[in-house]
Amino acid sequence: MSWADLNLMPAMPEIALLCAVSVILVLDLFLDDAKRSITYGLSLLTLAGCAALTLSTLNPYPELTFSGMFIADPMAGVIKLAMYAAVAVTLIYSRQYALDRGFFRGEFFTLTLFSLLGMMVMVSAHHLLTLYMGLELLSLALYALVALQRDSARGTEAAMKYFVLGALASGMLLYGMSMLYGATGSLDIAVIAKALAGGTANQTLALFGLVFIVAGLAFKLGAVPFHMWVPDVYHGAPTAITLLIGGAPKLAAFVFVVRILMQGLEPLMMHWQGMLVILAVLSMALGNLTAIAQTNLKRMFAYSTISHMGFLLLGILVGTPEGLSAAMFYAIIYVLMSLVGFGILVALSRAGYECETLDDIKGLNKHNSWLAFMMLLAMFSMAGIPPLAGFYAKFAILKAVVDVGLVWLAIIAVVFSLIGAFYYLRVVKTMYFDDAGEVPPQANGTYWVLSANALALLALGVFPDKLLAICIEAMKQSFQTL
Amino acid sequence: MSFQAFVFYALSVILLFSGVRVITAKNPVHAALFLVLAFFTASGHWLLLQSEFLAIALVLVYVGAVMVLFLFVVMMIDIDFDKLREGFWKHLPVAGTVAVIMMAEMALILTSPEVNLSQYGAGADVAADYSNVKDLGRQIYTVYLYPFELAAVLLLVAIVAAIALTMRKNKPTKWVDPAEQVKVRRDDRLRVLKMAAEPRVEVGVSSSADDKPAV
Repeated sequence: MSWADLNLMPAMPEIALLCAVSVILVLDLFLDDAKRSITYGLSLLTLAGCAALTLSTLNPYPELTFSGMFIADPMAGVIKLAMYAAVAVTLIYSRQYALDRGFFRGEFFTLTLFSLLGMMVMVSAHHLLTLYMGLELLSLALYALVALQRDSARGTEAAMKYFVLGALASGMLLYGMSMLYGATGSLDIAVIAKALAGGTANQTLALFGLVFIVAGLAFKLGAVPFHMWVPDVYHGAPTAITLLIGGAPKLAAFVFVVRILMQGLEPLMMHWQGMLVILAVLSMALGNLTAIAQTNLKRMFAYSTISHMGFLLLGILVGTPEGLSAAMFYAIIYVLMSLVGFGILVALSRAGYECETLDDIKGLNKHNSWLAFMMLLAMFSMAGIPPLAGFYAKFAILKAVVDVGLVWLAIIAVVFSLIGAFYYLRVVKTMYFDDAGEVPPQANGTYWVLSANALALLALGVFPDKLLAICIEAMKQSFQTL
Repeated sequence: MSFQAFVFYALSVILLFSGVRVITAKNPVHAALFLVLAFFTASGHWLLLQSEFLAIALVLVYVGAVMVLFLFVVMMIDIDFDKLREGFWKHLPVAGTVAVIMMAEMALILTSPEVNLSQYGAGADVAADYSNVKDLGRQIYTVYLYPFELAAVLLLVAIVAAIALTMRKNKPTKWVDPAEQVKVRRDDRLRVLKMAAEPRVEVGVSSSADDKPAV
């Protein structure tokens, strides 16, 4: 192998991002606090540049490079574009919040961009080693971001829990991967799939590894019974960081699961399907039921995330192209909804005041009816009420589940979605029909991006075909030769 | 039992023992030292697998650098370790049972005839002039270039994160400026106060008469 063999083109967005972060990191040292907006602007510019590079290198077929460790396929391309948008939106929403709380500093931006780099590596990995490196890059940046408000005891506690449980999950994942290596003799996803399908692998050993891998993945997704960290981290982290954690990393985790289970371990599908069924049903049940008891909105969103991850797993476990593209659509829509929900909490918080409980949004409609309406859109969409995007996303997954004959599973999913609708509607009731408490909700300024984000939920609910077609096409092309 | 097998079992016993002691040792310094022992015996396992470079790297990096730093940190910071260990014995029965069950299950699976670990056999002996380092270097800079670069990025993130979490600009740090020290004059340090003379207050005869007004 010589340098001429190395095709760097498919990895151009990652390389550009790394270079840009390094420049921002050094440049930020020479800026004083008043000029921090330059860092902010450069970060957004970097995201735009990465999006342009990804668009220009998007091929309708999978392309491998770096000795088969890096893959650029349409699935990765589409998810990367969604991630840039999610991270950019996160930065825009959290600007005022970070300024008020004193973490509008260079580290906030560089760590966020590094976490994005980790997600991109995960999404484009075609080798267990790179999958793991990407995951660690993402996690390490997120642990630090959660603890960024150093004087907040709650934030530090959340970061500690996140770190310890995250390390445990990584350990499990690694142990499973090592077993898989023992069974198949390779870490390359395509080689693993070939060895398992061809019967040259040690099946029992591979199954043994599979158990640990599924447990590790469930930890990272936050599926029951590996969900304990989710509410504490969502609650303890500054809302702007919760916004980040609840957004783009979910997309990366989705692709991560698809790469390992569908592309690598597809021959073992009959084994992992059952495990995912248990995870999905438990997540939907516990997530929706526990969310009812929450009065803190951040905790409520955390449990709602758990239930949504259960729903997402449904799409993956059917294992058909329809199921996977429905799950991809669901993941993108979920991130849009989550961004609106947390974005409004961020918008309603101000210096020295956190908007995070149900009481804090009482009578929001009277003060700011537009924010209340956007929250209503997000809540209705999460509950799956037509004509919002959340409805269509749920519908696509249920259709894929019914198509493979798992009608009972679809019925369970619908029942728990109905139960979940209760707490989403309670938020709407609190905003519209309750009188404001002692501290009325306040928000100043106009929210162009937030408005666009919320209206996108409505638009995608009425016209889901375009995005769904992109997801279906991307999935089809990504799996064509593999 | 061949000599290699004997060494393997001896190293493993020490490794497991020191691993358990890391979490049960009362004194954190002892725990860190047991971790050093664990790394040391683990590197013995690398040697048995004929990867001498990895063995040396493990000792140099973990024992030589990481653990020494770790020991320094443990000795410097003031943490009430007894408080941290509260609840250890309370949770031990449940946690221990789960751990033992999991270990037994894993042992049963890995030793079952279906897994058939013996099919892998012993690794082939490498030639005496085979260079471990050369092969590793070639692999890292060709096939594994991408993960290698990622590892570098990971270290960069670790640096940024550590600085972001510990550096406090607004808190005055305790560095000294020699130039300022030299330039110091008597008036900067010493202030002579002029006070009106006060009549000496007679303290009561008995020393225990503090609460009584002096006459």
